[in-house]
Amino acid sequence: MQTAEGIRLVSRRNQLLRRAVKNYELYFFVLPAVTYFFIFCYLPMFGVQIAFKDFKPNVGIWGSQWVGLKHFRRIMTLPSFPQIVRNTLLLSVYSLAVGFPVPILLALSINEMRSSKVRRSVQTISYAPYFISTIVLVSLIEIFCNESYGMLNAIQRLLGAQTIPFLTKQRYFRGMYVLSGVWQSAGWSTIVYLSALTSIDPELHESAMIDGASRLQRILHINMSCILPTMSLLFILQVGGLMSIGFEKVYLMQKSVNLEVSEVISTYVYKQGLLQMQYSFSSAVGLFNSVVNCTLLVITNSIAKALDGNSLF
Amino acid sequence: MTSQQTHRISHTRGIRSRDDRMVDAIAYFIGACVILITLYPLVYVISASFSDPVLVISGKITLLPKGLTLDGYKRIFNYSLIWVGYRNTLIYASVGTIVNLCVTLPCAYALSRRDFVGRNVLTAFIAFTMFFSGGLIPTYLVMRNLHLVNNPLIMVLLGAVSVWNTVIARTFFQANIPLELQEAAYLDGCSTTQLFLQIVLPLAKPIIAVLSLFCAVGHWNSYFNALIYLSDTRLYPLQIFLRNILILDQMDTLTFGDPDSMEFLLRMMQLKESMKFGIVVVASVPVLVLYPFLQKYFVKGMLVGAIKG
Repeated sequence: MQTAEGIRLVSRRNQLLRRAVKNYELYFFVLPAVTYFFIFCYLPMFGVQIAFKDFKPNVGIWGSQWVGLKHFRRIMTLPSFPQIVRNTLLLSVYSLAVGFPVPILLALSINEMRSSKVRRSVQTISYAPYFISTIVLVSLIEIFCNESYGMLNAIQRLLGAQTIPFLTKQRYFRGMYVLSGVWQSAGWSTIVYLSALTSIDPELHESAMIDGASRLQRILHINMSCILPTMSLLFILQVGGLMSIGFEKVYLMQKSVNLEVSEVISTYVYKQGLLQMQYSFSSAVGLFNSVVNCTLLVITNSIAKALDGNSLF
Repeated sequence: MTSQQTHRISHTRGIRSRDDRMVDAIAYFIGACVILITLYPLVYVISASFSDPVLVISGKITLLPKGLTLDGYKRIFNYSLIWVGYRNTLIYASVGTIVNLCVTLPCAYALSRRDFVGRNVLTAFIAFTMFFSGGLIPTYLVMRNLHLVNNPLIMVLLGAVSVWNTVIARTFFQANIPLELQEAAYLDGCSTTQLFLQIVLPLAKPIIAVLSLFCAVGHWNSYFNALIYLSDTRLYPLQIFLRNILILDQMDTLTFGDPDSMEFLLRMMQLKESMKFGIVVVASVPVLVLYPFLQKYFVKGMLVGAIKG
């Protein structure tokens, strides 16, 4: 018995080896990518140790002195840190709350349009903002929210109301951030929903109609429930990214007047690290963020997997 | 497709209830809103870029250009930094896309092969980087040790492979390259490299288009790497110049004329404001003009990545 199993094991190993040798070229195929990930992703991971050290440029990462949790203690006692975490979370929670339902509504409406020409042009036009760079987007915000010639204030004046200093008051920052984000990505995000909607079996609709279901009822009970798995998957994945709000747009929208609400973890890391040269401290902040992100992602990813076998990997 | 078919059915039966018309009205209303909200800002910026700066600043432009002038554009075309940025971006985008494809495609193909020993380990090795990263500062220090800071190579190397693109390409290979084809090629004495170059790649044109587009648009629009790693003005991509002009309000105005008179200062401010509109147009037009023709590839990429990934 034992020997038979042993032989099987050996033959399996031989088989693997033979396959590996036969396909040796495939190892050259992955070599560049593996090298890339090693240098650009894994080496920095080793460099994370400077979060536990006092980094001195002249002695390098390995030569610097270990200081344990000193930098993490400093983060915890930093008066502005809870505010920064709060800003990060609020920006993403608001973006999710507003940005999540809009593409669904949009996709359901586009799907109901009878004329395919109209449908296609609405789709194409709604994709446009996605291709605009963040810098152009932020300057569009500044143009349209400008107090003297911006369109929003022109409407205010038309209604006889006072003009609003959108750009210089911090309480408008989150609104501008979230709404411009919806403007930019809502159309693009309909793609996934629309493809889910087009894959619905027409027979479902037909039999519902025979049963006397109205169009609205069919939208609510057939279309909505058919895109529900897509919805929940996308929702979970977006929750996974709650703490990893992008640097680019926030940084561009930051002004000294709105810093209290606009400072998020990534911009803080950049300023403390690269502008103020506090390498170790800012790495500690970054590490804190990475660990939170990673935990969120692992949790949400396993929920997604449990839901419908769909996951990132 | 579905709704089209069902609509046809409801048409032939002649049941168009109030409910039915209401849904129509809402759907088209939302569609109209989307078109309006999306297009208006874009049309406005184009109009303003052709208008008299004085009228723009005083809020006189609503939709169509007023006081038509090409002054702003003339100045933009003479503003050499924009064109330095344009050139650099084109170089980074084209070289970066080629590097990206050369690294991503073979790797994705290898990972798509079920008979590739070590495939799961390597997939995990790559996927792990999606969950955890060293962060900005450690990455910066590594790049500095590699002498990649303020080196144009960083613009094509950093981000050369993304996990996401690899997943998209791997999924494509798994779904679209029949196993029998590969076996037949091996029986004919093909080597793996020959198989990949002569049989797999020609079949992979759609995914090559998808990846190149994602990569090129990404290069065109991103400024983060340049902000962090480049300090030499001559190496800046377009977006960094745009940021300096549009967001930080730094524009080299010496070329505008005699800087002593008050009148000139006012005029200069107006010109600067109106030049911004033209710059937005010049920087966005290439992508906005091209994407409608290429959108089917983008959509394909989105779907492969989102559903099968």
